[in-house]
Amino acid sequence: MMKLKVIIVGAGVVGASVARVLSQYEKLEVHLLERKPDVGWGISKATTGIIHPGHEEDPEEYPLRAKLCVRGNYLWHRWVKELDIPIRWPGELMIALKEKDLKNVEYYWEIARKNGVPGVRLVDNEELLKLERNANPNVAGALWAPTAGIINPMKAVIAIIENAVENEVKLHTENCVSGIKIENWKIRGVETNRGFIEADLVINAAGLYSDHISRMAGIDYVIVRPRKGEYCVFDETAYPKVRRILHPTPTPITKGVYVTTTPEGNLLIGPTAQDLPEDAKEDTSTSKEGLDFLLKWAGKIIRELPSKSKVIRTYAGLRPEPPDGRWIIEAYDDPWGFINIAGVRSPGLASAPAIAHHIVESLIKGKFDVKLVKKKKWIPYRKDIVKFRHLPREKQNALIKGNPAYGNVVCMCRVVTEAEILEAIKRMKKIGIKTITLDGIKFRTFALTGLCQGSYCRIRIAKIIAKKLDIPLWSVTAKGKGTEYGIGNVKVLLRNIPS
Amino acid sequence: MSMQDDYDVLVIGGGPGGLSAAIKAKELGLRPLLIENREILGGIPLQCIHTGFGIHYFKEDLTGTELTYRLLDKFEELDIDYYTGAHVTDFASVSYLEKKVRVITAKGILDITTPTIIYAAGARERHAFDIRITGDRSAGIYTAGEAQTMMDVEGIMPGREIVIVGSGDVGLIMARRFALEGAKVKAVIETMPYPGGLLRNVVQCLYDHNIPLHLNTSVTRVIGKKRVEKVIISQVDGDLRPVPGTEGEIECDTIIIAAGLRPYLPLLESKDVIIDPATGGPVVNDYLETSIPGVFASGNALVINDLVDHVLEQGERAAEGAYTFIKNKGLPTVRFKRMIKGKNIRLIVPQYLSGDKDAIIYARVIKPMRDIAVCFPEIEKKINLPAVRPAEMIKVKLGKNEITRSKNGIRMELVHL
Repeated sequence: MMKLKVIIVGAGVVGASVARVLSQYEKLEVHLLERKPDVGWGISKATTGIIHPGHEEDPEEYPLRAKLCVRGNYLWHRWVKELDIPIRWPGELMIALKEKDLKNVEYYWEIARKNGVPGVRLVDNEELLKLERNANPNVAGALWAPTAGIINPMKAVIAIIENAVENEVKLHTENCVSGIKIENWKIRGVETNRGFIEADLVINAAGLYSDHISRMAGIDYVIVRPRKGEYCVFDETAYPKVRRILHPTPTPITKGVYVTTTPEGNLLIGPTAQDLPEDAKEDTSTSKEGLDFLLKWAGKIIRELPSKSKVIRTYAGLRPEPPDGRWIIEAYDDPWGFINIAGVRSPGLASAPAIAHHIVESLIKGKFDVKLVKKKKWIPYRKDIVKFRHLPREKQNALIKGNPAYGNVVCMCRVVTEAEILEAIKRMKKIGIKTITLDGIKFRTFALTGLCQGSYCRIRIAKIIAKKLDIPLWSVTAKGKGTEYGIGNVKVLLRNIPS
Repeated sequence: MSMQDDYDVLVIGGGPGGLSAAIKAKELGLRPLLIENREILGGIPLQCIHTGFGIHYFKEDLTGTELTYRLLDKFEELDIDYYTGAHVTDFASVSYLEKKVRVITAKGILDITTPTIIYAAGARERHAFDIRITGDRSAGIYTAGEAQTMMDVEGIMPGREIVIVGSGDVGLIMARRFALEGAKVKAVIETMPYPGGLLRNVVQCLYDHNIPLHLNTSVTRVIGKKRVEKVIISQVDGDLRPVPGTEGEIECDTIIIAAGLRPYLPLLESKDVIIDPATGGPVVNDYLETSIPGVFASGNALVINDLVDHVLEQGERAAEGAYTFIKNKGLPTVRFKRMIKGKNIRLIVPQYLSGDKDAIIYARVIKPMRDIAVCFPEIEKKINLPAVRPAEMIKVKLGKNEITRSKNGIRMELVHL
């Protein structure tokens, strides 16, 4: 029997999750296309990383969001174990700053009840402070949602894709879709900068560009507007941190500024919410106003912030905002074989595994009536790169004995060894990444993310990449073409001067 | 080199602050072990190919590289144990007189027992996020030290059109360094109303190469989709805040952040050492002992120095401190006297004096002043100076007899003559 060819456009957390779920089935040829040099560099990269419980999604207004968030939270509990993804499950406190906000909090309790979110209840100020010592003692109360988790979104995308590739999904990076071929109202394949790829099904998970891809398939009512979110992150040595995930009662625009501690131990504040024009899909610039806004809001929620001088990085990401807030997750008869997963705003990360199952169950098996049979030998497990720093002495010693590169600490702030960096390079190559970037190493090992922000170790890591790939040191890039570390040999400009 | 697992003093850091400490310790008859994270000893001066090093210590004007080799010759002559490519991850004070230090090396994890530690891990550079530059996170932004390593150790060129942020000596020297390699240095940007570095460097590095210096100006924003395309600069007011409406832009592909250094202390901070907010380094007494008994600090990990000679001197002082600690089983001091910062004094190191011996005081001022006297009213000492500048450290020697004149604190202040 012929294999059914599936193309997924976009290797963010949603595209990756769909690829993983599809990789469980026989007689499918799954291609995952990504325009950037590495996976997860779009929306996924700069989400807060919260695995929401599902108590903020009104089931009447947003039925899909409500259903898939609750299910997604449940699925993540299994996925993080199978895929060895760093996560904390600290629970979330939605804080009522003033007495009048308590009404709002009750509304969300009601949603939690309707959605069947476990454990959600109202807590008074006294219990709030027991749950979170660093909460602002002057607030009115909170809604406690104990099933909330926080994940490193990049680690998650990488883990999912490593596992999907292990199960025969083919990743194509630096692959930009320029058109979709349709014949007789049926999908035939996609045109890309690297040639034509045949397909029976095309799943559009292109994030901010899902409107563009949708238009290529002739479905032109999809609109996705970028909404910018700025973040600030404190060094891991900055105290006090918070134990829980904290945020104020949401507004119609945003779930508000979150204060949380990442799985790596950094206090994280964000995001802001700023609507940008439809075409500003690359504007991830930060602003002074953004940082001030974050610190102001964090100050309302928590008792004490670390010194501002301990902010080691500010960054921004874009979320895809559909005009009415509703996700566009649909399969079409015309063209047959096309599926949109567009405008997946929050809680997209929390829902991603459930979205993937929904695509397969309801749309591919359901609407398209494709018969899928599970593989006998599907590999559900994947191990993360060993985190040398957190191992006990005996294990560290055993690793060094087997490979002395474990004894070479390259990034001092985060205690990342040469062996971890080499392992990251190996894994990037294994999933089919063409350009090994400094950012790729950063997201896989957390080197470059400490106090010095790479001023000490960036050159050391670039040297390891250059040596391993046998390329000039200056040509190592931060994020692919156009972001080279240097411009050539140190005499390159003098040689160009006419005598 | 015969390695063992107990030493008298474990020196963390193989730059000048650590090398001079290890050398002095060995000369005093102690058994030192030195740990360096890089593959080679020498630290940052190794990559400083300009002169201005060792004028006091070696009585010669050397390049950083030359100075480093002088030190290394001495170090090797004394046959001192060391590890390179190693990293101290943790230590524990087992007792007042015993510390266990964990070191990651390519040969395995070492647990070293020692009564004393000299922390000389140097400084880190303040980066673009430290100085609150916003906008795009483009490629082409480097700290000055990183750019120097690229050019003078690895032999690669960072970029073509350069804007330097900060006019301290490091920024000035990098401006010249880029000009000498044929890059176009578009501007050096300084928020203060005066250059941060030494006057001789302003003349030799900027004026001689026609590099514009913008004072009272700050870089507020970076613009660049992939690599840096331009920077937005702005005039600043008296509180160093950007003044709206004064923005301008400079096209460039490279930004060099030369905004100063901060003592690099994660290891000590994880042990809750007391930090002086003024220096960013540990609070020390005149043995250069930190708030953790038997743990000493020297060099830029202690306080950001202007001259390597001071770093070398601090290394020796710390070794002497370790020697006293070992011989006396702890320091002999009954009560330390606190140094108190008077008007226009930004920082003083050491922060406490024992009065057991003569002491060297290093201080920096907040603003430049001319025709002044450095006064210590409690001990009736006064030294006249023609001028003081924030870039230059004031170094004063206080005699044991002078220090003991005060029962409590000793104030250091500047008065106009």
